[in-house]
Amino acid sequence: MKSLTTRLAVGVFAGVFVSTLASAETIRWARAGDSLTMDPHAQNEGPTHALAHQIYDSLLQRDMSGAIIPSLATEWAALPDNPNVWRFKLRKGVTYHDGAAFDSEDVVFSLNRAMADGSDMKELLSSVKEVRAVDSHTVDIETHGANPLLVNNLTNMFMMDKGWAEANDVMTPHDVAKGETNFATMNTNGTGAFKLVSRSIDEKTVLTANPNYWGKSIYPSQVTEIIYTPIQSSATRVAALLSGQVDIIQDVPVQDLGRVSSTAGLTVGTAAQNRVIFFGVDNADGPTADLRVRQAMNIAINREAIKKVVMREQSDPTGVIMPPFVNGWTAALNEYPAHDLGKAKALMADAGYANGFDITLNCPNDRYINDEAICQAAVGMMGQIGINVTLDAKPKAQHFPFIKGGDSDFYMLGWGVPTFDSHYIFNFLVHSQTGDRGSWNPTGYSDSAVDDMIVSLESETDLAARNATIAKIWAAIQAQQMYLPIHNQVLNWGMKDSIEFAVQPEDQPHFQFLTFN
Amino acid sequence: MLLIILRRLGQSVFVLFLVAFVSFMMFRYVGNPVDNLLGQEATVEQREALIEALGLNDPLHTQYLGFVTRALQFDFGNSYRGAQPVADMILERLPATLELALVSALFAMLFGVIAGVYTAIFRNGFSAHLIMSTSLIGVSLPTFLIGVLLIWLFAVELGWLPSFGRGETVQIGFWSTSLLTVSGLKSMVLPAITLGLYQMTLIMRLVRAEMLEILRQDFIRFARARGLPERVVYFGHALKNTLVPVITVAGLQLGSIVAFAIITETVFQWPGVGLMFINAVFFVDIPVMSAYLLLVGTLFVVINLIVDLLYLAIDPRIRDSQLKRQST
Repeated sequence: MKSLTTRLAVGVFAGVFVSTLASAETIRWARAGDSLTMDPHAQNEGPTHALAHQIYDSLLQRDMSGAIIPSLATEWAALPDNPNVWRFKLRKGVTYHDGAAFDSEDVVFSLNRAMADGSDMKELLSSVKEVRAVDSHTVDIETHGANPLLVNNLTNMFMMDKGWAEANDVMTPHDVAKGETNFATMNTNGTGAFKLVSRSIDEKTVLTANPNYWGKSIYPSQVTEIIYTPIQSSATRVAALLSGQVDIIQDVPVQDLGRVSSTAGLTVGTAAQNRVIFFGVDNADGPTADLRVRQAMNIAINREAIKKVVMREQSDPTGVIMPPFVNGWTAALNEYPAHDLGKAKALMADAGYANGFDITLNCPNDRYINDEAICQAAVGMMGQIGINVTLDAKPKAQHFPFIKGGDSDFYMLGWGVPTFDSHYIFNFLVHSQTGDRGSWNPTGYSDSAVDDMIVSLESETDLAARNATIAKIWAAIQAQQMYLPIHNQVLNWGMKDSIEFAVQPEDQPHFQFLTFN
Repeated sequence: MLLIILRRLGQSVFVLFLVAFVSFMMFRYVGNPVDNLLGQEATVEQREALIEALGLNDPLHTQYLGFVTRALQFDFGNSYRGAQPVADMILERLPATLELALVSALFAMLFGVIAGVYTAIFRNGFSAHLIMSTSLIGVSLPTFLIGVLLIWLFAVELGWLPSFGRGETVQIGFWSTSLLTVSGLKSMVLPAITLGLYQMTLIMRLVRAEMLEILRQDFIRFARARGLPERVVYFGHALKNTLVPVITVAGLQLGSIVAFAIITETVFQWPGVGLMFINAVFFVDIPVMSAYLLLVGTLFVVINLIVDLLYLAIDPRIRDSQLKRQST
């Protein structure tokens, strides 16, 4: 009964508004998956953050081009006399959807909540020692040793009202792993541009513009209502856009891009995505332990053919496992070797594998754009230099545990870099598999000098020296051909051409930026 | 009589335990939920701790016994993915699936019988041949392809019907229905046809075969000789006698309509239990998967039980033979 009365109330409310506002601009938005929870600290996952960003704000956020801009914090800097402490000046006059004022107490509470047991965000704050309120609108964050990149980890760290959390007993995030659930999984109270009106999981979520939004005069803020429907089947999602039932879809399948952009009234926006796709190979055992074999495989990959045939021009071939936004990226690193079978065969012969060898390629089939098709193409390309590849494509739920177990000699992986810094790549993909580090490096690659350099990045505050170390690490792993890069994915959003909306590199639409033509 | 019913019930419970066990065996091969739950930044220790906490390291029979014990108390735990109690999720989504199944079963029954009677009466006519050959499409094309074709034609090209979702719903108690709103009814058309097409062709062919059989019988000839009008002969005498096997088959098919709704629901983003199951499989959401399989298993067992009991009530020969076996 509750939702019927809510719906009636909303209907009456909307009716009143329509009569007063000449143009209520509704955006009907669809993507493949739904948000997993409305609790902003319980899941560190793309679609979950994308919806949370409409309702909650973080201290600072990435805009539609991926650059960091002020949000609930207006200024931030490390203290001049103590690089271990970052000081944030908070925006004044901000209120939550229920009218409560936003102040430093909420920041202290929210960050501690995000570091609590059961939070999925706590790894991003692992360097934080303490969060302190200096006055009502100033907050200090002290880290264990200097952390020059702290702000990069705060762009998805949402601020909740302490009073609301206390009143509703949601002082800690629900622990997804323990199968817990709480009031905040279905109810929200943020400072963001939109308020939650109704939500039916996997079906429909309705948001309405927050009339007291602090950013109203800063951003276009033309959208007055968002209706968000996950549509899983890509054919149905495209059909919904083509038939005018939705206004914007994310995740347009590459084979339908032509169809969408050639339809009158529709347009496709593209942008390089913050995700690189590559092959990992065993660096320690078997034929691929030989550097010349890895180099031969790298040269044998015809990246342009993959782009043209498999990806229908929707990819950005690369020679390094780093998307171009990331600190440390250079055009020289990004260059990939020309496809040269003669040279590759010569390297194979040098290594003593003129007759090739057998290997299994493990590949996900439901994770990346055309993942299995890319692997099929690679099977043929490796066959050209005598490597007999058996393809083993599996759903991601089986693929990832398998490769993390270190049982694969040759596998596909994709990597996004939420902090936009090389350290994130090094820490998970390059560092030896010890302790908390190297959890996604099952290649057997291990170099203690490189490990030391990676750890030193975490406390180096001299940015020039830090960037020099990053360059040295990249040079070391490129010389070893640790990974075989393929391409950076390209993001596509299909939308009505009456909408002016840039494609965001993290695949997160922020609807306060949207304008109508 | 009571003994027979009790024995049937006992068999049904055994089948359900078997269903639960087989589905549990399958979960070993669908993969590992830990990476989905923890995200890419998790450390090795966190993974180990979570695997331990979820009991995934326990031997299979321990996990199975734990599940059965909880299921007997209607406690299916919380979904890993949706952070909701599984029982609530199923109750929330079941109305959508049941309404879809019911409408498509009615559609299949109505059009199946009409087309079956028609093709039997005019069995050499052109249109009867046309219906028979196009009905092959319903049998041979996979459901998702039919769904996509219907969306393409009626939603994209003609723009008559919505391509996805359930439209507006009205809440009556815990039951949310889309049968009372215009947009809800419009949303129902394409999924119901997609889901019911196979059953429709099945019923049509069954009715046609039965009709042809019965029209050859003596009592039909006698009815004609008495000068009864054709309408009465066909519908009053022939059709009535074909309906017994048709209703049996249609009843049994109701269970498979609910089970097959998985594909239709995925194509049309229909928010029912089938879509929930598919999402659970992708996420390795074991509590949801096991509860769903148990639900579908229960549904089949209950339908079969009802059909069995109806047989006993209708056909005295079966009842007598069963009683005899019991007394010897």
